[in-house]
Amino acid sequence: MNKTVKYVIGRLLFLIPIMLILSFFVFALTYLSPSDPVMLKFQLMGEVPDPAVVEQAREEMGLNDPFLVQYGRWLWKALHGDLGESYKTGVSVWKTMLGRIPNTLKLTGATLLLTVLLAVPLGVLSAVYQNRFVDYLLRFISFFGVSMPSFWVGFLLMYLFGIKLKLLPVMGSGDIRHLILPSMTLAFWMISLYVRRVRGSMLEEMNKDYLNGGLARGLPKRQIIFQQILPNSLLSVITMFGMSIGGLMGGATIIETIFEWKGIGKMAVDAIAVKDFPIIQGYILWMAVIYVVINLIVDLLYRFLDPRIRLEG
Amino acid sequence: MSYYVKKALRDPQFMLFFCLAVILILIPILAPWLAPNDPIENDYANLMIAHSDKYPLGTDQIGRCFLSRLIYGGRTSMLIVFIVIAISASIGILLGVLAGYLGGKTDTFITRFTDIVIAVPQTVFVIALVSVMGPSLRNTILAMSLVSWTEYCRVTRALVLSLKQNTYVEEGRMAGMREMRLVSRLILPNVFPHLLVLITQDIGAKLLTLSGLSLLGLASQPPTPEWGYMLSEGRQFMQSAPRLIFLPGMTIVLNVIIFNLLGDSLRDILDPRFIKKKTHRRQLKQWLENT
Repeated sequence: MNKTVKYVIGRLLFLIPIMLILSFFVFALTYLSPSDPVMLKFQLMGEVPDPAVVEQAREEMGLNDPFLVQYGRWLWKALHGDLGESYKTGVSVWKTMLGRIPNTLKLTGATLLLTVLLAVPLGVLSAVYQNRFVDYLLRFISFFGVSMPSFWVGFLLMYLFGIKLKLLPVMGSGDIRHLILPSMTLAFWMISLYVRRVRGSMLEEMNKDYLNGGLARGLPKRQIIFQQILPNSLLSVITMFGMSIGGLMGGATIIETIFEWKGIGKMAVDAIAVKDFPIIQGYILWMAVIYVVINLIVDLLYRFLDPRIRLEG
Repeated sequence: MSYYVKKALRDPQFMLFFCLAVILILIPILAPWLAPNDPIENDYANLMIAHSDKYPLGTDQIGRCFLSRLIYGGRTSMLIVFIVIAISASIGILLGVLAGYLGGKTDTFITRFTDIVIAVPQTVFVIALVSVMGPSLRNTILAMSLVSWTEYCRVTRALVLSLKQNTYVEEGRMAGMREMRLVSRLILPNVFPHLLVLITQDIGAKLLTLSGLSLLGLASQPPTPEWGYMLSEGRQFMQSAPRLIFLPGMTIVLNVIIFNLLGDSLRDILDPRFIKKKTHRRQLKQWLENT
């Protein structure tokens, strides 16, 4: 069998234990939580139940069964796409999430677009003009970029563009004007991270001996930089991308919250505030799936792009 | 080890950041003597004032001395960060040494387990865990430690694997050293400098994670002052009193930057690879300028 296919199958099989452990954990979390789901449910629906009703509801929800039975039933349902209903609204978790996902995709999409458009050219600039003014400036800014809490950057942008200059709406979700500030906030952090990484890996690549070939043949500097150094250094940047996806998703949760952007992260934080467990469970599972899948794609992409790894298998 | 200490003492950059970091750690410890006022006492006669003799940085919306809150705020943040790093580094180093030194099935098991934990998006996981278990100091520390040991484990394992090959370890074994002694005397001392760099750099990262958590109200409970939570309280007054969000943010950034710079200069001292690279790069810069 082809080695790449074998590798993909191996990676896909590894997803099974990851998802099993994760789902077990997610379920155990709510099971171990000090709050009683039935009481929560009634509380969130704004009713004061009498004890008999509570007992009946417990029986209906299967909360009197042993832990493993409950987990098995929940997992079985989850495998069929049924993650239960929100305690608060009674709407199914899937529907709630599907309503929110487009907004989160808009936000992360805009962030990634900004990052790719800005981080790569700036990183190249910084590496090529190493230890010159441009490099120092970019290093200075990006150092701050990775040292500031992203939500604080968000506050500063809100203050500057929303309150002082009155150019953009401070918060809320809707048209593209609402998207600018949150995506700039997230992108500032991502760009800072990647300018540093692109610069680092460009400089590393510049030390390699193979460049002497082009140099000896008298190729123009620009050609060596863009056709030899850049493609090779971007390879290592791609592997880092998978790792920063987690940071991006976590960051998006907080940024969505402070900008009142109605994405999936805001949904989760709202659910957390009222302990709407099914929503929280759905959110964690969904995030983990995305995270794992994106990392798988990144790894595959890396194998596809780097012939050395493909040959070694 | 003493070689490194001497080298560090002679490095002015490192000493500068080291002293600054020590000051940053001492400020919250000495808070009762440094803070001009009680951080949780309300002065209803002086709400939201920007500056006065009694309150150098003014007061917040319920008349608490802002400077004192900033000084005391470091207590919660630093305490959580240092405990989390202590716990996660201990777990990570222990598992890393076990995996790297014993190898075989132990190694496979620990590596697989680490892979699974790494596969979980960290911030999302911590937010979820803390929110379900209920926000408290203990749960925050627990949740952050549970996900952050993996990096220590991976690095330690890799270092131990490469150190194990060295002849002096073989010699030690032939000389009849016990396994425990072999690890503690020959391997750990050589792993430690690298881990020290990792730990220092981790302080900044953990401070950032923590500030996000406490912004969501998941780290400290009011009225205990904490930088991230002060930001979340202050944001309602962004228009009228922007200093309420400027100052705590700047405090966090200052702390993160100092510890990051300390980590970087420590790495320059302890890791010979980086010194070599610098000279390489200098040659390369010449190449780029001359061609």
